[in-house]
Amino acid sequence: MIERTPLLNIATHAILAVGLLLMLLPMYLVIVAASHSLQDVVAVPPNLLPGDQLWVNLQAAWEKGHLGDRFVTTFIVAMGVMTGKIVMSCITAFGIVFFDHRLKMPIFWLIFITLMLPLEVRIVPTYAVAANALLPFQTLLDLSGITWIINALSGIEVKLEWNLLNSYAGLIMPLVATATGTFLYRQFYLTIPEELVEAAKMDGAGPLRFLWDVLIPLSRTNIAALATIMFVYAWNQYLWPLLVVTDQSYAMIAVELSRLVPKFSATGGEVPKWHIAMAGTLIVMLPPIVVVVFMQRWFVRGLINTDK
Amino acid sequence: MRRAYYKNNWIAALLVAPQLIIVFTFFYFPTAQALYWAFTLEQPWGGGNTWVGFDNFKAILGDSLYWASIWVSIVYAIGSTTLAVGMALTLAIFADRQLSGYKVYKIGMIWPYAIAAPAVGLAFRFIFSPGAGIMMFVNQMFPEIWNPVENGNQAMAMVIIAGAWKQVAYNFIFFLAGLQSIPRSLIEAGAMDGARVLRRMRDIQLPLLAPTFFFVLVINITDSFTDSFGIVDTMTAGGPSRATNLMVYKIFNDGFQGLDYSGAAAQSIILMLLVIALTFVQFRYIERKVHYT
Repeated sequence: MIERTPLLNIATHAILAVGLLLMLLPMYLVIVAASHSLQDVVAVPPNLLPGDQLWVNLQAAWEKGHLGDRFVTTFIVAMGVMTGKIVMSCITAFGIVFFDHRLKMPIFWLIFITLMLPLEVRIVPTYAVAANALLPFQTLLDLSGITWIINALSGIEVKLEWNLLNSYAGLIMPLVATATGTFLYRQFYLTIPEELVEAAKMDGAGPLRFLWDVLIPLSRTNIAALATIMFVYAWNQYLWPLLVVTDQSYAMIAVELSRLVPKFSATGGEVPKWHIAMAGTLIVMLPPIVVVVFMQRWFVRGLINTDK
Repeated sequence: MRRAYYKNNWIAALLVAPQLIIVFTFFYFPTAQALYWAFTLEQPWGGGNTWVGFDNFKAILGDSLYWASIWVSIVYAIGSTTLAVGMALTLAIFADRQLSGYKVYKIGMIWPYAIAAPAVGLAFRFIFSPGAGIMMFVNQMFPEIWNPVENGNQAMAMVIIAGAWKQVAYNFIFFLAGLQSIPRSLIEAGAMDGARVLRRMRDIQLPLLAPTFFFVLVINITDSFTDSFGIVDTMTAGGPSRATNLMVYKIFNDGFQGLDYSGAAAQSIILMLLVIALTFVQFRYIERKVHYT
């Protein structure tokens, strides 16, 4: 707006600068702590300028937390969640939007409802499923009497079992089982003009051809948006990997980070090695920050369109 | 709305099947399982579960520890939501003036969204630690003034600040998008009528932002109930003496540390009902979302 408001402009900058400071100050303190030795971190008065131990501490944290291995694990899981989510939402939404069948709306609602209850709320029973992913199907067979029939006819006891604890499948699949991406894709498909479908049909393109040659190229921005959110979401997972992984070779990075300091306790205990822990914090937070800062446009768009 | 469709329903079934299977396995079955556990009790020496009706719920609701946990969750929800929404709204409405440096401010407000909850938790636990850094200095100046390790209220304040700090970025993104979807012409018309900047904020932008505001408010409250695990676990582990034992943390503790599946399931059901109720409120506002065009 073209109007001169010098005083208000100064006030605006002041407010925004204070906001920026509040957002950046914690990170500055983390960097300062990560660049000193432990004696300097717990010194009085506190050091408010960065020291020269940053590289040493980063190396110590990297080794102590086995962050190299954890990076690989976490990266695999993040890629798995990202790919799984994109592929699955792309084809599911396609099956719902571009086909005419009676189950369209029921299926849509079945998937849509999953938005309501995040994993944290149903964590205990989901863990039981991870211990045996075929448990739901076993239960279905038991309840419907099929187990009994098979047992009576052939004498075989049906025992389905597939343990997902300490596996990539167990880390990835429950994180994929939500509707966020499906919803985003459905909204996108609904904007595709009818003429495009008709033209494709007239040219003799079947549904899969149409999906592959027309819709997927058109949905590139969608894919970028979904990929950025899912990467950040998966990289930062904490509660689920904490439960599913007991074998350290599958530990994810956020869980490993929390092990760098002893649990909070009223008895005090040993002084946490803050310099190492803060260096670890810096390392762990870096990849998602890079993604968010450099993919800002896609990230913001995806976040707003999926409502998380 | 009529659309051109494909007729081959077998392909449709194959396309939809993977997600349905995964949603059934990891969503519907566990939710049903939670219901089953909530109304049954496991026999101590095996032999399956016995039906106990509402006994688990009665036990939970008669437990003062559970009510304490609800109270703590409400305090956390109100505290972190007020802080995060208030701060994000103020920053967004001034950032939306798009003065010089707009891009720097914007990225500066957005980036904390990328940080994992445990990393935020650890960072703030260090910053507020009575035995290191700034707070240790404060404690030397004014002895015994800050000790979240023993003082429950201070521990709660610390958790609220960390939770709100993490949430500001998310809210800021939504408020800014909401503000930018208000047509320029409305604001220009206001300016023509002689309304200055602050007046336009108060009488045009804020009222038109109301739908976004309610949406963000509900999301924040819901998130504070479900998404707070990482922060609480790394910062206070529910302590001191359960002062920060949020509902989601108590479910985790009772279920996995205490191995009380029925009690944890009953708590899960109550939390689910709460989240569903909040989601319904949210959808009412999404449906009523004002379209400015």
